[in-house]
Amino acid sequence: MENSLESIVEQAEVELKAADSLTLVEEIRVAYLGKKGVFTRQMKTLGSLSAEERPKVGATINHAKQQFQSSLELRKTQLENALLAKRLQEETIDVTLPGRGQAVGGVHPVTRTMRRIEQIFSRIGFDIAMGPEVEDDFHNFEALNIPAHHPARAMHDTFYFDEHTVLRTHTSPVQIRVMEQQQPPFKVIAPGRVYRCDSDLTHTPMFHQVEGFVVDKNINFADLKGVISEFLKAFFEKDVSVRFRPSYFPFTEPSAEVDIACVMCAGQGCRVCGHTGWLEVLGCGMIHPEVFRHVNVDAEQYTGFAFGMGVERLTMLRYKINDLRLFFENDLKFLRQFN
Amino acid sequence: MLVNEAWLKEFVNYTLSTEQLCEKLTMAGLEVDSVTPAAAQFTGVVIGQVLTTAQHPNADKLKVCTVSIGAEDALDIVCGASNVRPGLRIPVATVGAVLPGDFKIKPSKLRGEPSNGMLCSEQELGLADEAEGLMELPDDAPLGVNIREYLQLDDTIIEVDLTPNRADCLSIEGIAREIACFSEQPFTVKQPAEVAVTLDIKQNVVVEAIEDCPRYIGRVIKGLDRSATTPIWMQEKLRRCGQRSLGPLVDVSNYVLLELGQPLHCFDLDKIQGDIIVRRAAKNEALTLLNDQTIELDDDILVIADQQKPLAFAGVMGGQSSAVSDETRDIFIECAFFTPITIAGKSRRYGLHTDASHRFERGVDPELCYRALDRTVALLTSIAGGQVGPLTDVSSNVPEQPVINVRLDRVKRVLGLDLDHKVVESYLLSLGMRVEKTERHWCVTPPTYRFDIAIEADLIEEIARLYGYDKLPQNSLVMSAALSSAKENVQPIDRIKDLLVDLGYQEAITYSFTDESALKALTPKEDVYRLKNPISSDLSVMRTTLWAGLLKAMDANLKRNEETVRFFETGLKFTLVDGQLQQQQTLSMLVTGRATPEQWGEASRMVDFYDLKHDVEAILALNGLLDAYQFEAAEHDALHPGQTAKLVNKDGDCVGYMGLIHPGLENQFDIKKPVYLVELNQSMIEEKHSPEFEAISKYPSVRRDLALIVEEKLHVNKIVDYIYQQQGIVQEVVVFDIYQGKGIENGRKSVALGLILQDNSKTLVEQDVEGFINDLLSNLKNTFNAQLRE
Repeated sequence: MENSLESIVEQAEVELKAADSLTLVEEIRVAYLGKKGVFTRQMKTLGSLSAEERPKVGATINHAKQQFQSSLELRKTQLENALLAKRLQEETIDVTLPGRGQAVGGVHPVTRTMRRIEQIFSRIGFDIAMGPEVEDDFHNFEALNIPAHHPARAMHDTFYFDEHTVLRTHTSPVQIRVMEQQQPPFKVIAPGRVYRCDSDLTHTPMFHQVEGFVVDKNINFADLKGVISEFLKAFFEKDVSVRFRPSYFPFTEPSAEVDIACVMCAGQGCRVCGHTGWLEVLGCGMIHPEVFRHVNVDAEQYTGFAFGMGVERLTMLRYKINDLRLFFENDLKFLRQFN
Repeated sequence: MLVNEAWLKEFVNYTLSTEQLCEKLTMAGLEVDSVTPAAAQFTGVVIGQVLTTAQHPNADKLKVCTVSIGAEDALDIVCGASNVRPGLRIPVATVGAVLPGDFKIKPSKLRGEPSNGMLCSEQELGLADEAEGLMELPDDAPLGVNIREYLQLDDTIIEVDLTPNRADCLSIEGIAREIACFSEQPFTVKQPAEVAVTLDIKQNVVVEAIEDCPRYIGRVIKGLDRSATTPIWMQEKLRRCGQRSLGPLVDVSNYVLLELGQPLHCFDLDKIQGDIIVRRAAKNEALTLLNDQTIELDDDILVIADQQKPLAFAGVMGGQSSAVSDETRDIFIECAFFTPITIAGKSRRYGLHTDASHRFERGVDPELCYRALDRTVALLTSIAGGQVGPLTDVSSNVPEQPVINVRLDRVKRVLGLDLDHKVVESYLLSLGMRVEKTERHWCVTPPTYRFDIAIEADLIEEIARLYGYDKLPQNSLVMSAALSSAKENVQPIDRIKDLLVDLGYQEAITYSFTDESALKALTPKEDVYRLKNPISSDLSVMRTTLWAGLLKAMDANLKRNEETVRFFETGLKFTLVDGQLQQQQTLSMLVTGRATPEQWGEASRMVDFYDLKHDVEAILALNGLLDAYQFEAAEHDALHPGQTAKLVNKDGDCVGYMGLIHPGLENQFDIKKPVYLVELNQSMIEEKHSPEFEAISKYPSVRRDLALIVEEKLHVNKIVDYIYQQQGIVQEVVVFDIYQGKGIENGRKSVALGLILQDNSKTLVEQDVEGFINDLLSNLKNTFNAQLRE
């Protein structure tokens, strides 16, 4: 009897070993454990045994059955694992191949810089204003204290349409337009395109400026110095040295030109800063009383400052661009560098 | 403005180093542009005299010279200069000298003749860019003396970039005055010797335009020695200020202009007919100027005339007919004050810009005339002799300086700086202001050379300048923090730009002015707005469409072998509507090439109309307003008539156009593959949906697909819109196939639609759906002659 069970288990293990699919394993399971299976038949023989023998033989059969079942499970797991391994193998792809879909583009570096400028000033509550690019003489010059034939007009190589209509030479006319339409206090920046009739290595006939101005009852030069210094530090993301020196603009008095320590050579002197260690980055000053007069703001009651900066210049310094003309050639190889 | 330290030091004996001086000048608002040595580096060059010259035996062009350099024995030097001659004093580079460019002088033999040194030209000493012969030194130049000492060549030339307000610094004296002020050193005004009148000839002057010319003075000088030459010290000073020596008459007036800032003019006395008349020109009166240019004068131009004709463009340039020449021995020297407003802009009108007009239009001290004239006479007579006549002086209503009130509290308010009144006063005084203190303020009268001080703010700037801008306090701005509302119904353009970036577009920025022919092709019906003074003909008119610039940018990129170009640009376009200029903020897009980047697992496809339409729809969807717009088949001069859509908003207003570029434009724009274009009114697509919650149906939706056979030309959106208009259970209509061909009769097409149906109040049962679809089909049959495809 025991020999017989032993040989059954041995036989079953040989069969399981040979079974190379889950289907065959299932057939073997049915053959041994099914209703007409080998173990079922064995169990049926117990009825013919004596009450003493029955538990002993029964236990032996059960033991053999369990042995078979664990062999069966083992084989099943082996086959399932092999199957999974095969599937994983089959489903393996080259993950290094490029992905699918649309490429991502980018904004123009000038826009990138303007956004950063707007972002910095928005944080301290500046509003953004826009104005027309074809301007009248009053807003571009007269109201900014640049009367006809003023020598300062020679500083602006102006594009004319007729005697009274020009392409704005700076974004300062937006200052006039805002002050004409609203009441102080003001805290505004005005970004946009400006035009000068000049084209060479370092000039393009169109470029971008950001004008800014603040007007309230107690605004002074110290506030101007604070805002400009903090802006430049925020823009260049470092504690850059800032220098204010006297200058002249018809629409501000006192006026200042602002230099920063050269970002290329850290103030040591290089080609970019003309070996001075300083880079001119913006012009500013206290708004001239004559400008206030033109827009009916009481210059005794209100004071204010204004500043203007060239966007291309700041962009060139920030990203070490060495040729101004690249900005308007729209070469994708240039533009993509700012994506 | 070029100045040199040696000349400045004649006026102010400062102790600053060159570097400190430049720093101070820049920080005082007189920006230093460049600093250069007055002469290149060289050593071993002394003054010599040519004793003898002999023809070189072996070379036609060379001479063998003996040259004395003082005590030592004469040197033998071979020289090729054409002006070498016995008696001439010249710079001699002796053996051991090192000339600019590290050129060492050694004893040598030139074609067999020994040569122990070199006779030098100005070019060889780095004093001029070119020279025709040896540098000729005066006969009293001391032999053997180092030329650097003799000409004071260890000097520095400083270029100052002056702002237009600082006319008072357009001279050595003016800049020296500034230096004296910030270096706290005394400033010496040079008072020329009184003129000894030795001649009883006076030129009569009549000033008719007294407003334009409040002061006109002058003197006659007769009997000038025209063989006289300009002394070398004067030539050297002129050279360092960028002026070439052109003979004593011109040199002296240039010298006084540079030294004091007063423009002067010399007339040939023999060529003046009667009185000098200072008057406005008659309209179209002609004048030939010193530069040979003949101009027709306007009647607002001031001229210096005699009794017959205009002699000079006042304050700008002299005329040819009365010009001095090499033969001139008798002259009249004019020294005048023309008001800035008279001269301003006039020279530019005629394309002239002179040292005189540059100064007069910015303002020349009216009190300077006398001193400048005396200085001129003294210099000229010391060089070229002559008899001097008495002073002609016509002065009337010379403008007085304004009296400006300055308040200490205002200084504080503008600068944010608490200054002691004594400090303020000392600043004002050091600037040459006349200061009177009253109880509440100072009454300040600026000096006559300051034309830029008119109001209190101007004086506050002066105070700040002297205090030092770098030392002025700095604050963090504190202002009221009123908040404006966060507008939700406007889509920021930056968000739309970012969407396009995500859709693979690159932002371009192109010029707002462009080529007229491109605009004529793209928008033939638009009138163009034309620049009067364009930079070039291809940038001469304002763009009526942004496509002109984008097409140009595309072309340049395709020529650089880019395959795909996806550009957008925002900016103004300029159109004339009923003669009125409109400046409209516009968003334009251009796409050509592949629909998506070339990919290993996807068949490559060229971009088409519907790719572009998706991108436009994406903008509308971003704003939550896709359904509020309609695309209608339309026509546009730049676009293919069969592939053009007009975008219309819910009010029926045209928002813009999109489509394939018109095949008729392919040649002009050198287009070789399809180019799709969009142009939208930017403000109209910035409108954004303000959401409001609607209840969501709890009941399940069902989908029914229908294939309808309709007329080929029927626009599918007509059917879709019609179905949406059937109130009730239609939630969504999807167009999932369009088919023409086998099984469909010619001239008709099959449109496959997926209808998503849902009721808000119950679960739809088969009968509901059946009934709805049957009604819909019969309506579609009646309305569009649509048959269900079985």
